[in-house]
Amino acid sequence: MLPALAAAISAQDPKQSVITGRGSRKRDEDSGTDVGEGADDWAQSKATIRPPDQLDLTDAELKEEITRILTANNPHAPHNIVRFSFKEGTYKLIGFVNQLAVHYSHIGNLIPKDSDEGRRQHYQDELATGSQESARLVFSDTENLEEEEEIKEGDAEAESQIDIPATEVSEKVTEEELMTPKQPKESKLTNQFNFSERASQTINNPLRDRECQMEPPPRANFSATANQWEIYDAYMEELEKQEKTKEKEKTKTPVAKKMGAMAMRKMTSLESQSDDITKVTQAAKIVERMVNQNTYDDVAQDFKYYEDAADEYRDQEGTLLPLWKFQTDKAKRLAVTALSWNPKYKDLFAVGHGSYDFMKQSRGMLLLYSMKNPSFPEYAFSSDSGIMCLDMHMDHPYLVVVGHYDGNVAVYNLKKPHSQPIFRSSAKSGKHTDPVWQVKWQKDDMDHNLNFFSVSSDGRIVSWTLVKSELVHTDVIKLKVEGSTLEGPEGLQLFTVGCGTAFDFHREIDYMFLVGTEEGKIYKCSKSYSSQFLDTYDAHNMAVDAVSWNPYHSKVFISCSSDWTVKIWDHTVKTPMFIYDLNSAVGDVAWAPYSSTVFAAVSTNGKTHVFDLSINKYEAICNQPVVAKKKNKITHVQFNPVHPIIIVGDDRGHVTCLKLSPNLRKMPKEKKGQEVQKGPAVEIAKLDKLLNLVREVKPKT
Amino acid sequence: AEVEETLKRIQSHKGVIGTMVVNAEGIPIRTTLDNSTTVQYAGLLHQLTMKARSTVRDIDPQNDLTFLRIRSKKHEIMVAPDKEYLLIVIQNPCE
Repeated sequence: MLPALAAAISAQDPKQSVITGRGSRKRDEDSGTDVGEGADDWAQSKATIRPPDQLDLTDAELKEEITRILTANNPHAPHNIVRFSFKEGTYKLIGFVNQLAVHYSHIGNLIPKDSDEGRRQHYQDELATGSQESARLVFSDTENLEEEEEIKEGDAEAESQIDIPATEVSEKVTEEELMTPKQPKESKLTNQFNFSERASQTINNPLRDRECQMEPPPRANFSATANQWEIYDAYMEELEKQEKTKEKEKTKTPVAKKMGAMAMRKMTSLESQSDDITKVTQAAKIVERMVNQNTYDDVAQDFKYYEDAADEYRDQEGTLLPLWKFQTDKAKRLAVTALSWNPKYKDLFAVGHGSYDFMKQSRGMLLLYSMKNPSFPEYAFSSDSGIMCLDMHMDHPYLVVVGHYDGNVAVYNLKKPHSQPIFRSSAKSGKHTDPVWQVKWQKDDMDHNLNFFSVSSDGRIVSWTLVKSELVHTDVIKLKVEGSTLEGPEGLQLFTVGCGTAFDFHREIDYMFLVGTEEGKIYKCSKSYSSQFLDTYDAHNMAVDAVSWNPYHSKVFISCSSDWTVKIWDHTVKTPMFIYDLNSAVGDVAWAPYSSTVFAAVSTNGKTHVFDLSINKYEAICNQPVVAKKKNKITHVQFNPVHPIIIVGDDRGHVTCLKLSPNLRKMPKEKKGQEVQKGPAVEIAKLDKLLNLVREVKPKT
Repeated sequence: AEVEETLKRIQSHKGVIGTMVVNAEGIPIRTTLDNSTTVQYAGLLHQLTMKARSTVRDIDPQNDLTFLRIRSKKHEIMVAPDKEYLLIVIQNPCE
């Protein structure tokens, strides 16, 4: 880059002033001398005054030539400019320096005549003056004519006589010159005497540059990949939001909103307060089961795959393989008084704890175990009075009804975390006065209210209905011992009440049910007749501990008693079909769900007896002690609805799970060319066949 | 409190070497093991679980990972991912 205008003068004479383009400003007295401006002419005295500090130089020194070289570099320009580069994040040296120094610049208003702008202005001026000219033309016409003639003459002469002496030409020029003043002048008339052009210069405001540097804005790198599921989640979130906003619009009552907000705030505060650990509840449950699976790996393998190979050589007898043992400190020294599998979750079962010893009654426990976690119950509810019986609802597997020793009944909801029952009878609402021995859920009534039956040794059979928040009770039947009405002293009739200990409802005939009593009688009753029984069986000599209809055959039921016997009945016949003596009080009996002829009975001597009538109708095909100590009495037994296992409970609070060996669940053998028949019809036929044998024999004896 | 009890029970099971709860960032919140082991387990298993979950969810976005068990020569590592936390249990099943 070259400086557009640079003035530097090599001079020895200090007097010589430097006139920059700045204008005609007088520097000082010295410089004023050489400026030949008219305005200064009045200052005649041109005496040169030497400044006192002027150097005295010799002639030689004065004549010495000092050379100065003009360069294009700006001496004042800095050479080491450093600027911060945001791009690289460091200070960088700027190599390029602006060498341009402007000493004078002027924006002129001169326009070249040839340029477009010039021509245009010229034309406009012409237009403006045109009117004046036209006026003038009138009197100058004659002159113009002359002029034209002369030009023509001149032209003609020029053509014919080329060598016209220069004088002639000059003459013509002079002539023309003379004529020019006649030509109209374009320039505007100015008063040359009273005319001044003035200009002034104001002080230029000093320019000032101000810079500052700020901290660079924070930067962060972000990169992510969107998975299919992330996109899906985003959409789902959006949908939820939309739904929420819709709901909000619906419930626009301000009070509700406030309440909602309050609730929300409470929720969040609670959540933040309670340690994060609570959120792993679900995970902890899963892990606990998995840890259990690892520790009881062998048991789980046995449960799933082990089949006793020895059964093949044992002919007909089978064995029971102990699997898990369920026990907990909470129910220590509380007898198992009830067992029930959950109808929906086949690995879950409920255990009622209480005491059968009326001298040692204490508290009760309701525990629910899962086979997936044998070391700890899934749910635990404790009660003041011992539990004597329980039942789980078919359609609502989270509802458990229990009967207490003190005669109360209560309904627990497994979904509710607190350990209080959702329904509970009281002395006012018709509780039993004696222990409740059995409870059973019934089908929903006409108003779709849940209801259940209970039987107690106070002789009442009560139907309970869950209405909103209370239990409504209705006495269905009062057990009376027939023929035992005593004549009171004043003609008063005193009834001896029968003590119900067990009942079971018929699977097909809704109204029909059986009641076992402490006296050993079994009554066939109907829900619609509260005054009399449909039938009475003199079944046992001691208390009936359990009655149960056969799951396949609608006529057959089984009963067991403390008189050591198990009896199988046809409800149309007053005498038992089969009688088995087990040499000890029989606590419970249960039909197998997979066969009409298989049942299991438990006796107080610690043995479990499994019968299959189709294989052996005289004795049990399995007769095995299943508790550790001989003192332990087995109280209850239940078959799992799907798996080949049974659970037995003893009076020490232990529940043992046992697997039935192949012989105990033998199905009819497959014969060649003949399909194996299955289904309820086959099972009924199987049992019928056996019963017919007995029926045929009976008349003979 | 219920969770505390459950965790206590898990820890008391035979063969259980350690229990730890890890948050969504892979930072251990509580542990029964020593510091360095916990940090190592937490960091690595967190990555693995996230990868496993991503795999499951990529196959079917409506699906989700519920449990992850790694059987090694020496022991078994069980990981149960919850919404925000991972529960990791290391067990020696042969004991």
